[in-house]
Amino acid sequence: MSADHEQHPLFLPLVFVGGLIFGFGLGFSHMAQPEVVLSFLQFQDLGLLFVMFGAAIVTGITFFGVKLVRNDAPLTGATYGRRLKTLDKNVVIGGGIFGVGWGLSGICPGAAYASLGIGNYPILTGIVGMFLGAYIQGFWRSTRADSSTPATTAD
Amino acid sequence: MTATAAIVVAMLAELFPNGISHYAIGGLFVGLGVAVIYLGTGIPAGASTFLESTLSYGSSLSRFQQYRPSRDWRVVFTVGIVAGAAVYALAFQDGIWTTDVQWWRLFVGGILIGIGTRVGKGCTSGHGVCGVGSVSSASFVGVATFLLIAIGTAQLVQAVGVVP
Repeated sequence: MSADHEQHPLFLPLVFVGGLIFGFGLGFSHMAQPEVVLSFLQFQDLGLLFVMFGAAIVTGITFFGVKLVRNDAPLTGATYGRRLKTLDKNVVIGGGIFGVGWGLSGICPGAAYASLGIGNYPILTGIVGMFLGAYIQGFWRSTRADSSTPATTAD
Repeated sequence: MTATAAIVVAMLAELFPNGISHYAIGGLFVGLGVAVIYLGTGIPAGASTFLESTLSYGSSLSRFQQYRPSRDWRVVFTVGIVAGAAVYALAFQDGIWTTDVQWWRLFVGGILIGIGTRVGKGCTSGHGVCGVGSVSSASFVGVATFLLIAIGTAQLVQAVGVVP
């Protein structure tokens, strides 16, 4: 993930195409509409299960399948492999805070960007909120890491 | 036998009143988008890191500066997501679509999402799609946590009569 990767002329175009497909899928699945997400969380329409698990099955097959074919990614030379996040209390605390926000609003980061694409300008309120929240935690954690506490906050 | 089949069909119709095809097809596209980027670059792309990496353009805090190497492509990824959804809207949607969910729910929810996804190391795409696809135990725990809490929150919001 170093800046060197971006030197391949196809790196950014490929990322853009991937984003296009990803955003199209969020639009097509109606996940870009907070009302649809809320109707799932309120058990009125469980269809969203197919979005998340459908997507996870495709990525799962890709992640594991590609290693049978080649070792490293053509545009970056990075070795294909699992970069697993460590399981600690932050995963649960953060997941819980995210869950309250998701359940209150019906939006999540990817779906909120896609929502903008379908013309949902009121979602900007939510996106501004997300940046504010990201800044609040970053400010808090950066200042904590800079003080006497050991720098274990980085993940 | 036919009675059982009829009950199953009725149950499915109740659980999935809008069918499942657009959900499943949409999900396949979401996964395909992640797969394309992964195949080319080896990077499992999630959506929420963009929030912090983009803040590094305007803030010198170490927490944001650590994402400096990836901030440019994350902007491109996000612009792609917006454009992809716009392509969907142009092809299948009648004009623009806007939500009726109240602004304060979007705003307060957004703040909690910004905090929670970054403290919790991922969102619905990072944990839910990439992490579950990698069979990562941290992501299974993350998904179970935010899904259950979100269900509880949404039900509570509905129960106290906040609509829409």
